[in-house]
Amino acid sequence: MADKKKKSGGSPTSDDLDKSDQSVILTAQKQHQVITRMAHEIVEKNRNLENLVIVGVVTRGGVLAQRLSSELKRITGAEIPVGTLDPTLYRDDFKQKGAVLAAKITQVPFSIDNMTVLLVDDVLFTGRTINAAITHLFDMGRPKEIQLAVLIDRGHRELPIRPDYCGKNVPTQYVEKIRVRFLECDGKDIVLSGLGDNADGGGQNG
Amino acid sequence: MAEQDLYHRHLISMTDLSSSDIGQIIETAKVMKAISERDVKKTPTLRGRTVINFFTEPSTRTRTSFEIAGKRLSADVINISAAGSSLSKGESLKDMVYNLDAMKPDMLVVRSGFAGVPSMMTEWIECPVVNAGDGRHEHPSQCLLDLMTIQEKKERLEGLKVSIIGDILNSRVAKSNMIAMRKVGMSVTACGPATLLPVNIEKIADKVTSSLDEAVDGADVIMALRVQTERLERIGFPNVREYSKLFGLGLERMKKAKKEALVLHPGPINQGVEISPEVAEGPWSVILDQVTNGVAVRMAILYLLLGGGLQINE
Repeated sequence: MADKKKKSGGSPTSDDLDKSDQSVILTAQKQHQVITRMAHEIVEKNRNLENLVIVGVVTRGGVLAQRLSSELKRITGAEIPVGTLDPTLYRDDFKQKGAVLAAKITQVPFSIDNMTVLLVDDVLFTGRTINAAITHLFDMGRPKEIQLAVLIDRGHRELPIRPDYCGKNVPTQYVEKIRVRFLECDGKDIVLSGLGDNADGGGQNG
Repeated sequence: MAEQDLYHRHLISMTDLSSSDIGQIIETAKVMKAISERDVKKTPTLRGRTVINFFTEPSTRTRTSFEIAGKRLSADVINISAAGSSLSKGESLKDMVYNLDAMKPDMLVVRSGFAGVPSMMTEWIECPVVNAGDGRHEHPSQCLLDLMTIQEKKERLEGLKVSIIGDILNSRVAKSNMIAMRKVGMSVTACGPATLLPVNIEKIADKVTSSLDEAVDGADVIMALRVQTERLERIGFPNVREYSKLFGLGLERMKKAKKEALVLHPGPINQGVEISPEVAEGPWSVILDQVTNGVAVRMAILYLLLGGGLQINE
């Protein structure tokens, strides 16, 4: 049991911020700038924000979705509804980690029919999470269009998926870990990368 | 992503689960409940898995909700009942399970009139076995849906006072609940005629009484049990009218209960015997919430057991 746990990991805690083998990808200030830039790009591409809704992938995609919504409000005054989605039950690998992944409740309290859905996640990796998230979205309705925004694109795609908005491209080794941390859930805004013994750390299995 | 910590391969008895296992099943069930509230009540999670429901005793709720639970998660669900099976041609239970095993199911859900049958079957079949009620022994999925319903309404389990009323001797629901409720920190009062209380009841209940008024007074949760006519020995049960007068949960009795008390019943109800229609359909009643949560809890059990999380410590 202990062995399995180690291999598949749990939620990283704040002490993983102090490990010395990690390098900073985005400082708090940089992170804010990048999110602001992404919001501007979203405004540019979507002339009509009335049809836009944002759905973040739990947990940190949900935080990023909130951030983007507030930025969009600051820039344009428009209130963009935000929901969160957990694609776990749609994953092809929900049991391949030695244990079942804990699922969370999807909370999208609005209709996505004929809307442009901006799907948001913190890190884009293999593309499997996003693939599952898109399948999940189609069970909720028929969106007119789905766009994808991610804070970090770390490469190693296993599916034909690309982001429409990307905060930063980070070339990585497959086993490397990218840790996006947000004030709202981690007490600190930062993005780190490092080679740990836990290649499947929080929020990066896809 | 955090992982479920549950590592049991089968679900046979509430004695096998810890308080945190119970908490995890309830948390997972809440996620599953949200699926049942959508327009498209299905996720592809368990596609390609085969679940066999093997019921040798009549059942509506449990069998239907295990079937719905499997289907909502995209598993293939097969129902077998004793009457239409080759058991009626004289095949032994063991042979039959060996044959089912040869068809490579991913899970066997068993309801049996005899205590210990699901446990015995774990020796004969490769896949996980879920006890869907075995004789007078246990009914863990019913217990888990009861706990989920209580937790949902009261927002906690610890510290609540529960009174379980009626035919405790024959009730597997009562036994599973008494075991689990004390694990999660609830205090249990057992109430029923002495002839319908098992020996050593005081070992699994915090309090034992034969006064319904005493049991109802101050309880946060009141659980009425069905009088199990198919399991009753006549000696313990003189007649329905007397029983109903002494142990039937009617409006008069409920006056002594807390306003916010919950009334549960595992179903099926003998209307007017252990509970009156006014109470079963009254403001305290969460009987239909139990049924709704039954699907969610069984989805959680299938997800956790078939997901392999329960297999780690094998």
